[in-house]
Amino acid sequence: MKRHSRKARGGLGLLATAALVLTAAGCAPAAENSSETATDTGDGTTSQAEVVLEFAQWWEPELPEGSFRALMDEFESQNPGIKVELLSGPYSTTKEQLFAGAASGTMADVVGLDGAWVNDFAKTGSLADMTKLMEATSYDQGQLASQIQIQGSTYMIPIVNFVYPLYTNDDLLASAGVTSPPTNRTEFRAAAKAVSGAGVHGWALPLSLEAPNGIQNDVMSWVWASGGSMLKDGQPDVTNSDVSDAVEFIKNIWDDGSIAPGSFTMKEQDKLEEFTNGRAAMIVSSLSHINVIRDSNPELNFSVSAMPAVDGYTGKRGIPYASWGIGVAENSEHKAEAWKLISFLMSESTNAKLSSIANAFPGNTTASPDFVQGDELFGEAFEIYQSGFPANEFVGLPVAEQLMRLFDEQFQLYLDDDISLNDMLKVAQESWVDKF
Amino acid sequence: MSNEGIVGKFRIDTLRKKDLPTSRKWMQALTPYGFVAPVTVLILILTFIPIAIVIGYSTLDNVIMTPESKFVGLSNYFTILTDGTFYVAARNSFVFTVGSVGAHFVLGITFASLLNSRLLPGFVKTIFRAIFILPWLFTVAIIAILWRMLLNPNGVINYFLVSSGVVDVGVEWLSSRGTALLAVTFINIWAGYPFFMVTLLAGLQGISRDLYEAASIDGAKPWQQFRHITLPQLRPIIISMVILDMIWTSQQFALIWLTTGGGPFDATEMLPTYTYKLAFSNYEFGLASASAVIILLLSMVLAFFYIRHQKARD
Repeated sequence: MKRHSRKARGGLGLLATAALVLTAAGCAPAAENSSETATDTGDGTTSQAEVVLEFAQWWEPELPEGSFRALMDEFESQNPGIKVELLSGPYSTTKEQLFAGAASGTMADVVGLDGAWVNDFAKTGSLADMTKLMEATSYDQGQLASQIQIQGSTYMIPIVNFVYPLYTNDDLLASAGVTSPPTNRTEFRAAAKAVSGAGVHGWALPLSLEAPNGIQNDVMSWVWASGGSMLKDGQPDVTNSDVSDAVEFIKNIWDDGSIAPGSFTMKEQDKLEEFTNGRAAMIVSSLSHINVIRDSNPELNFSVSAMPAVDGYTGKRGIPYASWGIGVAENSEHKAEAWKLISFLMSESTNAKLSSIANAFPGNTTASPDFVQGDELFGEAFEIYQSGFPANEFVGLPVAEQLMRLFDEQFQLYLDDDISLNDMLKVAQESWVDKF
Repeated sequence: MSNEGIVGKFRIDTLRKKDLPTSRKWMQALTPYGFVAPVTVLILILTFIPIAIVIGYSTLDNVIMTPESKFVGLSNYFTILTDGTFYVAARNSFVFTVGSVGAHFVLGITFASLLNSRLLPGFVKTIFRAIFILPWLFTVAIIAILWRMLLNPNGVINYFLVSSGVVDVGVEWLSSRGTALLAVTFINIWAGYPFFMVTLLAGLQGISRDLYEAASIDGAKPWQQFRHITLPQLRPIIISMVILDMIWTSQQFALIWLTTGGGPFDATEMLPTYTYKLAFSNYEFGLASASAVIILLLSMVLAFFYIRHQKARD
């Protein structure tokens, strides 16, 4: 080999090494205070005036394009010196990214939260106590529909709520002689049985273990609709009569053959498809699916109504909900600015706008989304929302998703007649207590 | 002292290594390391450091969830190895892996033999090669969605089964504890056989036709030729493929998670889904790390056999 080509190869090798070292250096974490940017004032000096808030959430992709960014632009125009950088991604990756951020102390300043995560994030000390932020600014907490608190401190505020009313296929019910949506359990079971047959079932019940929120929305909702509870003094109490009656009720419908097949791996989206395609007459689903159903099957004649309660119940009905919640990272250096963003999102006009574009109900009690005015179904749902109370006891519980999964596993055994009701609830209770 | 050689009109000085100046010696010694440095650094950063961190986490209690976690030694391993669900997951993983790999091989060699046949014209083989390779082109998410729809109680497969009278009502393939493991194994077989097929086809095309001609002359039947010529010739490739496929299949997570989530109950719980739930549902990162290390050790056993086989080949 010629001497100069040997030299060139040796040089190339060292060059490659140097390039890699520089690349690795470039991948190093950002220096502190990088969320504050210096601005050139034009006279040769710079000022540390602008704050950049990082806001991690899954909302932007689920909203009409550009709509969420427009709200951020409005906030920025009202708060000169504060910029909002949206870090958007799918729901499941947002959760994993938040955990990674919590572990490394690099969480975004403002974070979108699901009620099922709050307890676990709060335990790691990665969420800021928003009670202190509210007190520091004398914020009127009365306008908040709810706050998620742990040991008296607020860690999450629901910005908008997606309620889960009962959807009924009016044509299918009418063909079975049912003229109006059921209002109590007896009517529900009878309607489900009357409709079932020839490829149609009365009810679709999603019990997938991958996403076990069917336990929250489709099982425990029967408990909450009648003012019942799965907790006692904040501790698990699934062996009480509220829960056992609801579970037994669902088992009866199962034994009637009125539940659509495939329950044990059915997810929320599958349930919606069963309803949209006219194979299930009734489902409990998110209000946000009204437009999805209308787009997929414009011919479908359906209604929304409150969850049926125990026969003879006259109290307020709990309506299950899922929230887009918001919190502040403990590691944020701009908590005051972060709170300004949250206050903006919770203000009456912005909260109403956000509710409208998300087809959800406002977290501000004084706000009213515009879709309830012109749309009968949404108007009906809003009335149900206002006449009842948002009910989701899983919010704020430790490892909430796993609690649902543990209950789901035993429930599947019970539905398959592999375990008695008492044993099912006893095992579920023990597994829950172990997690608290 | 230099060695001089004369080739034609040119005098070539070849210096012995010990005669080189020190700086040149270092340059020559470091050059090969320079070439492998980029990949080595990447592997170090992306593989060895995370593995070391996970091994460290496996000896800590409540890691990540609290700012200060305690060192608990091998306690997490003890907890995992005394958890009944771990053994259920291990059993399911074994059945899933062995079933998938076995079927991958059988389907792969069958389709490869068909595509290597001289009975079909070239363009026909090209068309079928494209069709047979299709499952390989889909991502796991698409495969999961596709098969969830096909195997739905109201899906196409049940429609044909009910219409043809094979069954009276649609089978809950993925929702029934009796059929769920079989169903996900079938889906994995469908998704993975093209890899075997393509590799074995390349191997088949490398076998000399003279061997088959000689065997025909000796009166060997097709099955005998397959058994005594084809399989022995493909043996090194088959062993490599089987070991690699076992490593990949045993770590299959996305397909199981997206189709059944490990359910119904624990019918399709696998070691990867078991580990995932420990981490991201129970937030027991110490236990999840211990489970991950156990899976790593099991995979390393397979990797050991693979490397030993490769070395024997060389």
